[in-house]
Amino acid sequence: MRLPCPICGERDRREFYYRGAALALHRPDPDAGDEAWADYVHLRDNPAGVTRDLWYHEGGCSAWIVVTRNTVTHEVLGAELAEGAR
Amino acid sequence: MTELLAKTACDGLLSVTAGPFTLSEEPVAPLTSLMPYKGRDKALSAALEAAHGVKLPGVNRSTSKAGISVLWFGRGQFLLVGAGPDGSLAEHAAVVDQSDAWARVRLEGAGADQVLARLLPVDLRAASFKRGHTLRSPLGHMMASVTRTGVNAFSIAVFRSMAATLVHDLKTAMEGVAARG
Ligand SMILES: [Zn+2]
Repeated sequence: MRLPCPICGERDRREFYYRGAALALHRPDPDAGDEAWADYVHLRDNPAGVTRDLWYHEGGCSAWIVVTRNTVTHEVLGAELAEGAR
Repeated sequence: MTELLAKTACDGLLSVTAGPFTLSEEPVAPLTSLMPYKGRDKALSAALEAAHGVKLPGVNRSTSKAGISVLWFGRGQFLLVGAGPDGSLAEHAAVVDQSDAWARVRLEGAGADQVLARLLPVDLRAASFKRGHTLRSPLGHMMASVTRTGVNAFSIAVFRSMAATLVHDLKTAMEGVAARG
């Protein structure tokens, strides 16, 4: 598996650390309430299909990136810097 | 007070040879990381050129002139090698001394790219990785900086604490490639 780092180019999967769903970019407001926070902290979708995940280019440029991939076909569809992603 | 002796990172470990390959320690040089403040890359490049004669390189590239070089060193990071940083750089970037933090070695010999192919998951052959090209990639489990400095020469840096492992891994790979003749 190879991931297209937006800075370094296509690199081997072993260079990356996996963080999980890119949901982490959608932190609720501090006063959003218990339900929103419980959802944010504990609940994750488990999609069969296109998913967006946070990866860290640990062995390379040290950028956090959002990778879009398909969990059914294993296609890697693209990647962008987490800094600009929503 | 106790007299402290200055030792290089690879003191007592290098140099070693195997077949056509030689691994030696790079000469001691001042190393400084430069992390430009937001939107200040151009200003930093101009200050670098005025003070040290070298511009800021692009991603996966290095610049050098008269023994001073600047390596791309990661996202928003550059490494100035061979000269202490001019005070003017601090106006545009976070400037941090790294001189004793890295073990830097030089791998030379025809087919040196085959030695590195055993240790890094990137294509370092001359067709895609030319003189002056540089990148960050793990060498074994060590987060390394690799720069091609010549037709058959590479400069490699890892954290200083890993100097012995770096030398061991490279020496083993050198012997392995050399044994294939
Ligand atoms: Zn990268």
